[in-house]
Amino acid sequence: MNHDTLPVQLQPKEYKSAIKPVWCPGCGDFGVLGSLTKALAGLQIRPENAAIISGIGCSSRMPTYLSTYGFHGVHGRALALATGLKTARPDLTVIATGGDGDGFSIGGNHFLHTCRRNPDLTYIVMDNQVYGMTKGQASPTTDPNWQKGKLTPAGTGINPFQPLVIALASGANFIARCSSSDSNGTAKILMEAIRHPGFSLVQILSPCVTFRPEQSEWKHMLEPSPKEPTSDPAEAARRLLKDHGLYTGILYLGNRPVYQPKLESTIDNIEDFDEEFRL
Amino acid sequence: MSDGSHGPARTIGSTEELLAYSLAMETEAVERFNDLADQMEMHHNYEVADLFRKLAKIEGLHIGNVNRASAGKQLPSLLAWEYEWEGGEAPEGGSMEDAHYLMQPWHAIELAMHGEKRAVAFYRHVAETASDEQVLKMALELVEEEEEHVTLLQQWQERFPKPVKGWDEDLDPPTMLE
Repeated sequence: MNHDTLPVQLQPKEYKSAIKPVWCPGCGDFGVLGSLTKALAGLQIRPENAAIISGIGCSSRMPTYLSTYGFHGVHGRALALATGLKTARPDLTVIATGGDGDGFSIGGNHFLHTCRRNPDLTYIVMDNQVYGMTKGQASPTTDPNWQKGKLTPAGTGINPFQPLVIALASGANFIARCSSSDSNGTAKILMEAIRHPGFSLVQILSPCVTFRPEQSEWKHMLEPSPKEPTSDPAEAARRLLKDHGLYTGILYLGNRPVYQPKLESTIDNIEDFDEEFRL
Repeated sequence: MSDGSHGPARTIGSTEELLAYSLAMETEAVERFNDLADQMEMHHNYEVADLFRKLAKIEGLHIGNVNRASAGKQLPSLLAWEYEWEGGEAPEGGSMEDAHYLMQPWHAIELAMHGEKRAVAFYRHVAETASDEQVLKMALELVEEEEEHVTLLQQWQERFPKPVKGWDEDLDPPTMLE
């Protein structure tokens, strides 16, 4: 991980690109963008030493709005791209961003195996429990009784996916939950997540004001976790299984070995490269 | 709109520290209002965008005032989350989550006024808990200044009609497209 100190202090706004977000005014993702720029400035990571990778969805637009390297990739494949990039360029700070649908449904299998593999990545999931970009369908984290989705007017009747429990069971090395309305607190946790070796999952409850306006109440409902982070997976599992989903903070700090295969260059020139593709 | 935060969570011990808090608060407000103006422009709500842009300029003037008051002083350098705002966020910026693409000038001023009232409460709390005479004097001056801003915003808001119920209904809501 690269945390070069710059001769001149970079400010959060310098991590923003010139492109203005098209998110709906009031969207929680604005707060997450602010938190991420504050975290990057807190670590003084040069923009050219960071890459933000995403899939598809409202929150997956994040790389566009940052001055770092970015890759707005294929639906659900942010973690596959990010793992490949980190493997090839371990010197980069690689951060994957996206939403609950992109990460836990379309990209669900990549999520499991990235937790298991434990590459040194940070994965920011802006969870609004709805597919916003496609106009408000139930997502994997939607409450089974939510009846405002046009495709599920009687609710889904299906238990929601529990991303933090699944992440722990699959081997994630850092697990946290934050709120987009707490921009500074979230920035601090993102900084810790980026610093922590291995795969860090940060679930950020980020309201969709257009299709889930009731989520604007989240900021009054969330509360800091009453317990210090644990490094004991069994204790973390007990806590997460009892968790009502509204505790914020760092919930698990693991110490598993990081996946980083040794890179051996096999290509010295263009002829050798051609040779690799010869049938 | 979210409740006002007061804070900070502990006593401010020096004028340098108080000025650092003021600077952070005004800087956050400028950025927040500019972000809100960008959002409104993106959604073709140009009247409210102009208003937010004006508010950002006014807050920018306040940064100038804080910088002048800080001349010759060494202010502490803190990261965003090291400021102990009660509720975690600087009081004056206004909540991004209270924005709406159909909001009207009245709402924008309401949002700004809410921030100014939080700033009044913040400086009042600093004054009430100050043990240093210079901090107390400066905090009381800032309370007075922020109260003036509240009055000015109230007068500004009176120029606009209060929106009627249903102002946020849109029979043809926007679709985000890739």
